[in-house]
Amino acid sequence: MHGLQILRHRMPRDRNPARKARRQPTDGEGRELNEEELLSGNEALAESAIRAGCRFFCGYPITPQGELFEHMARHLPEVGGTFLQSESEIAGINMVYGVAAAGKRVMTASSSTGISLMQEGISFLAATQLPCLIVNVMRAGPGLGQVRPSQADYMQATKGGGHGDYHTIVLAPSTVQDMADLATEAFRLADRYRTPVIILCDGMLGQMMEPVILPDTVSLSELPPKPWAVTGTKNRPRNLVLAAPYTEEELMALNIELKKKYESIEAHEQRWESKFLDDAEVVLVAFGTAARISEDAVMKARAAGLKLGLIRPITLWPFPKKAFRQVPKTLRAYIVVEMNNGQMLEDVQLAKNPDIPVHHFGKGGGWVPSTEDIYRESVAVYRRAEP
Amino acid sequence: MSDVEVPYCPGCTHGIAHRLVGEVIDELGLFEDVIGVVSAGCSVRSWRLYRFDMVLAAHGRSPAVATGLKRALPENVVFAYQGDGDSAAIGLSELLHAALRCEKITVFMINNAVYGATGGQAAPTTLLGQKTTSYVSGREACRDGYPINMAEVIASVSKHSYVARVALNNVRNITNAKKSIKRAFETQQAGLGFSFVEMLSACPIGWQLTPLQSLEWIEKQMIPQYPLGEMKVPDTIS
Repeated sequence: MHGLQILRHRMPRDRNPARKARRQPTDGEGRELNEEELLSGNEALAESAIRAGCRFFCGYPITPQGELFEHMARHLPEVGGTFLQSESEIAGINMVYGVAAAGKRVMTASSSTGISLMQEGISFLAATQLPCLIVNVMRAGPGLGQVRPSQADYMQATKGGGHGDYHTIVLAPSTVQDMADLATEAFRLADRYRTPVIILCDGMLGQMMEPVILPDTVSLSELPPKPWAVTGTKNRPRNLVLAAPYTEEELMALNIELKKKYESIEAHEQRWESKFLDDAEVVLVAFGTAARISEDAVMKARAAGLKLGLIRPITLWPFPKKAFRQVPKTLRAYIVVEMNNGQMLEDVQLAKNPDIPVHHFGKGGGWVPSTEDIYRESVAVYRRAEP
Repeated sequence: MSDVEVPYCPGCTHGIAHRLVGEVIDELGLFEDVIGVVSAGCSVRSWRLYRFDMVLAAHGRSPAVATGLKRALPENVVFAYQGDGDSAAIGLSELLHAALRCEKITVFMINNAVYGATGGQAAPTTLLGQKTTSYVSGREACRDGYPINMAEVIASVSKHSYVARVALNNVRNITNAKKSIKRAFETQQAGLGFSFVEMLSACPIGWQLTPLQSLEWIEKQMIPQYPLGEMKVPDTIS
């Protein structure tokens, strides 16, 4: 539990300036100003979601996503929204399903074990193509595990997670600013592709505080129309949200439709960030918290004259395979840095040129690498890979 | 109602329940406002029989889905149609908590004392001594559990509610069933709270009886365990 206390930079609630300054400030003439605020990742994500037009939150308490849940409980009612504390994560995701079927922006948040309970519901949301946001503030497993930060749910998030042949878009923030920005982007992608979108972060990103500029408030009238929503049959033929088409042919047709959609997402939505790639000899591949620490290690190595680079996947699904086609000829090895036993490693192995070796640096169970840990590992690989 | 083929076995009374719900929706002028939620079990196919907006939910989860719909669309009328396994076993938590929250939704529960869709296995509502494909020697209380009286359970947890149990085995009971379905929808329309109607329904295939024997079995075996009547009625409805 020692680590958790270090991670929790929590101030008493009534003295936390971030909570008071949470709604968008305006200048003397009523124009909105986007000022830098100090917020935890959980709060930044929650506030950004409200500004993006999310008016419904359905979920169940769990650590380390607590601040997100409580921010919604406190602030959704202020904008006429609905906060629903469900009796379980199972009920929570099914409430999300109901709200999404009605065509409203809706989200839930949980941590690892709670996300496991939601998997049946996520499969239904994918089958019925309902847009929504699901945030997984990961903790260490398996089983009940611990509340320490972890990246152990990569496979669950990126390979479907529940039953049936489906994917969800998975976004990986690595700063508090990312938490805010990707919440907005998640709702846009969810509506555009009619799909559930997962933001996969961890307890460190959820609970650390950083300066953040929150996005503009979206007017609900600007949200895209949802003519497929079930709202009653006034002036139109009826709408159905069917998780089970009636015939085999219809079910196969749905699977073909989903496959085409996933192919389109893979073609258009791969996102990543590359740093120091032009002349890199060893490239670190990391997402989320592991990526920000890896970036520090790369900076340190560069200062010492070692040619390290970084690929940070932002979309974990679709995995940014394109990033691995743009690597320099100088490249001699990859190191995948993950806070797990080796999950994204498999996607890197599939995406990379088979001639380039890939090493894994990671551990499960709540391990968070230090800059020094990653630097030392990088130097060792760098030396071994020298021609 | 549409004119597609009714997908039920001979002697099943799901069709009567569907018809009654459909008639009441028309009589109350709710057709354009109503949204139905069905979940796994025989009744999952009922979306084809109706012509209004419908959602198909996961097994047991329709009260949670209906909660989401109603909170998002408070002006609409939202109902869930569940079997006994759906409502009293896998979805007991969702149903009970929707009632506890006084969700302004209506839940119809078909109690036919077995899992019909999967071949007649025991349900939480299976009577003591009743033989099923999973309790082959008959249900024994302290091995297999007591049958659950859902209407009484719901009535005991929710002060703001309409709760009734009806049977679909003869004309008098069917007439009363329709009255209860109407009162349930009126409770929701008036914004008074949760409404729940449990319907004793025949499953001749699951019970290994003829359709006629099944109607008699409801009268002689089920009604003594599951007494009919209104367990809770909001003041302004009565």
